Amino acid sequence: MEKKKPLLSVSHLKKYFPVKAGFFSSEKKAVHAVDDVSFDLFEGEVLGLVGESGSGKSTAGRLILRLIEATEGEVFFNGENILKADGKRLRSLRKEMQIIFQDPYSSLNPRMTIGKILEEPFIIHQMGNKAERKEKVLKLLEKIGLHPDAVSRYPHEFSGGQRQRVGIARAISLSPRLIVADEPISSLDVSIQAQIINLLEDLQKEFNLSILFIAHDLNMVRHLSNRVAVMYLGRIVELARTEDLFKNPRHPYTEALLSAIPVPDPEKRRNPILLSGDIPSPIDLPEGCRFQSRCPKKIKACETNDPPLYSINEDHQAACILVKN
Amino acid sequence: MRGITRFFRSIYQNKVTFGGLLIILFVFLVALMAPLLSTNDPKTIDLKNILSPPTARHWMGTDELGRDVYSRIIFASRVSLNVGFVAVGISILIGIVMGALAGYYGRKIDDILMRFTDMMLSIPTFFLILATIAFLGPNLFNIMVIIGITSWMGVARLVRAQFISTREMDYITAVRALGANDGRIILHHILPNTLSPVYVSAILGVAGAILVESSLSFLGLGIQPPTPSWGNILMAGKDNIEIAWWLSFFPGIAILITVLGYNLLGEGLRNMLDPRLKK
Repeated sequence: MEKKKPLLSVSHLKKYFPVKAGFFSSEKKAVHAVDDVSFDLFEGEVLGLVGESGSGKSTAGRLILRLIEATEGEVFFNGENILKADGKRLRSLRKEMQIIFQDPYSSLNPRMTIGKILEEPFIIHQMGNKAERKEKVLKLLEKIGLHPDAVSRYPHEFSGGQRQRVGIARAISLSPRLIVADEPISSLDVSIQAQIINLLEDLQKEFNLSILFIAHDLNMVRHLSNRVAVMYLGRIVELARTEDLFKNPRHPYTEALLSAIPVPDPEKRRNPILLSGDIPSPIDLPEGCRFQSRCPKKIKACETNDPPLYSINEDHQAACILVKN
Repeated sequence: MRGITRFFRSIYQNKVTFGGLLIILFVFLVALMAPLLSTNDPKTIDLKNILSPPTARHWMGTDELGRDVYSRIIFASRVSLNVGFVAVGISILIGIVMGALAGYYGRKIDDILMRFTDMMLSIPTFFLILATIAFLGPNLFNIMVIIGITSWMGVARLVRAQFISTREMDYITAVRALGANDGRIILHHILPNTLSPVYVSAILGVAGAILVESSLSFLGLGIQPPTPSWGNILMAGKDNIEIAWWLSFFPGIAILITVLGYNLLGEGLRNMLDPRLKK
């Protein structure tokens, strides 16, 4: 792979949500939702971001779009640090980066027609007059495969899959270069999931979109992504090209995740690696490696060493001390 | 539009709510057509005919100056509706602004605005109104404005709560991600989703404002004679209650029916909008 300049470059991104330890306590505690995350996303690339609930993947997505403010770190979009952009600059930058939400039932305003919802981006950025905007809305509907009648109908008249299409239409309306897809298929029926994935795939190719695809369905990630990052407790523990990650996982957590993928063959014997215990509290992180409490390959050094991402090769990194050795 | 039709149909189907609506429409019509409905001039004094009981000529009798009570009550409905709607308009406006800012921005702004609201709530409103009116002078304008600026606190809290929950919805995040500024998000996207409970509160508020105006007029600090208001007719009735029952009875009934109408409609709407009571 040739050396390209990344479209999005995230470095040492952190988000701590302060929590009160107790009414009389002055002790300051925080949920380490995203704890030192760094990665690059290239033009036209799909990067899968996987992890279990509470691993901080959604928070990371929103931090990158600056929908919530980061505690620390930098996010460079096209060479510009968006965490430093002022209100006006940020609003115009938003044209270039969009988000697709997980729940199509809460992502569309129940009091606005589909037409109004899709016209909104053009009104916000003062693009075109009324007739031109209407034209654009109809084009969007055509692109996502909805009937033009949808313009005057309300979200509750549509199914989950159709609503998610509208959500996607809104995301691509301003021709962004980056889309954060925050589990766009996990609340849909399996039969609809494939349609939405195909739609995303088509749009990605047509517009050469860069997509940060947040998910917990590894099969879908495998299908869509060029590279995959695995998150655990607010940190990326492994980052590799998709084929590498699935064939040759190096972090014990990734191995466990991959072994848990259901296989549609009842005859085939699987030996899933069963992780014991729960994910530790992101408030009181263990000293040393944050996966040690559940790691089947734990060694003594894990209790004191908090491993950074070690490079295995140019495209493959894992945060495990065993990789280093 | 279909939603609106359905809305009116469900009002119609609920007898109590519909009854409230009918009463309100009735009072509206009376106020609108007061000159047509009245039988005498409400301000004409007829000293030969004072404190006459209800007769064919004076349907509700006359007062201590011989003025026709029926015509005075008809015209007084205009005062009540005026006060009710303008005062509530002012209180809703202040309440929405305070609630929206507090709920949307949170933190410091929320703290400051809500502590101010609490402070306003802790003042016995009626005595504040009395004192202010005594100071500024009793006229229609002062009464409307003062009732308005002392009754917005409930609305502010309501709107704030709605904003806090709506603010976190994905569709608001989506609009923010599209680059909308705060003003657009608040006015176009959050506010329309927060108004239903405000309507209920407004309708109940009209009833409250009418009562406050009547009380003020009854105490002599409201609408000044010779302009008729239900409250000041009642005041005259109080002085003659032993010899002229009609002077207290009819304005009392007018207040009762009007306030009842708003309360029935308000309560009915509240029940209709309450998702827990939806079928």
